[in-house]
Amino acid sequence: MSKETNSSVIGNSGTLGTGKTARGPKPYSNPYAAGFGLGLVLLAAFVIAGRGLGASGAFSSLVATAAHAIAPQHTAANEFYAEYLGEGTRSPLMDWLVFEVLGVFAGGLISGALAGRIVKSIERGPSITNKWRLIFAFLGGSLMGIGAKLARGCTSGQALTGGALLGVGSWAFMLCVFAGAYATAWFIRRQWK
Amino acid sequence: MSAPFFKFGLFGDNISLVIAFLIGIGFGFFLERAGFGSARKLTAQFYLTDMAVFKVMFTAIITAMFGVFYLGWIGFLDISLIYLTPTYLFPQIAGGLILGIGFAIGGYCPGTACVAVSTAKIDAVVYVAGVIFGIFVFGEAFPILKGFYNATPMGQITLPQLLKMPYGLIVFFVAIMAVGGFAGATWVEKTMAARKGVRQP
Repeated sequence: MSKETNSSVIGNSGTLGTGKTARGPKPYSNPYAAGFGLGLVLLAAFVIAGRGLGASGAFSSLVATAAHAIAPQHTAANEFYAEYLGEGTRSPLMDWLVFEVLGVFAGGLISGALAGRIVKSIERGPSITNKWRLIFAFLGGSLMGIGAKLARGCTSGQALTGGALLGVGSWAFMLCVFAGAYATAWFIRRQWK
Repeated sequence: MSAPFFKFGLFGDNISLVIAFLIGIGFGFFLERAGFGSARKLTAQFYLTDMAVFKVMFTAIITAMFGVFYLGWIGFLDISLIYLTPTYLFPQIAGGLILGIGFAIGGYCPGTACVAVSTAKIDAVVYVAGVIFGIFVFGEAFPILKGFYNATPMGQITLPQLLKMPYGLIVFFVAIMAVGGFAGATWVEKTMAARKGVRQP
């Protein structure tokens, strides 16, 4: 657990673990305990469904569905959208990953509510404005969307799932995620510090 | 062999969606438990002050990896029926780098952003809008990107197959590496905390 000394008023994570908050949110789980739980969920997905976890794929289904509703001829001619739209016999939103991600929202809500961590806030360091933080959030999200599609999966579908299955591309991907993030971190340190 | 249950026809498509939702709940629950609904907690990984991302991720990977290996070993789970994303080496390297840059800038990855949205983080809502925009940009640019997207295909290949080494041996190596990584990560955290203490008494 981090023991941040310069905790900001924005977000409550900075003060967690210091024992200063009497009535505030509960501290986070031990990382190994949470990781073990996550690993069992992933294993359950393998055993029950024969596939792992994911996240970005659900957003792809959403984008493809929306694009198809607006311009059906355009999406039919595009192989990327066509893959998510399927045969057209069934809504592309009736999809495994879409339901799994709805569950992720619900699971986060349950855990957050139990721990008293549902607090409306903008997560940022003390030396950046809310406006810039939100600009960076959108920019980072956009890069994430492009990167995840290029790599055929994100941290969940590639790193976690493919990592546990020892996929070659997944391990190459995982190393590059850390490399990319560490290479960038210094340049945007003012956002968090 | 009786698993994966879905592949052996124990239930149909509609039930599989219910199961997807339940598995998602477990996934989201443990992500939030770990503190991954907080961008500051997640990005602390990249400033070496809190290595929880590494610890949680690799504990999950080795747990599931051992589970798959042993359930396959005893003949309960047919590993060949589990979907493995095929390797396309160069696009996955490039995608990983872009995603890593986006992680450091945006503060989340898509899964963690969902639990951050659930716990009312406004920046995560904007981040998810960014992800959707990014996927739309990729979709629109797909005719141009298609060549690179399909470059260097290697099929559904695993590390044991690539290295021509026994599955169990690679599992063992990965576990040893992870345990070494955990010790290293804890040492880094302590070193960074001590350094911070000197600068800000």
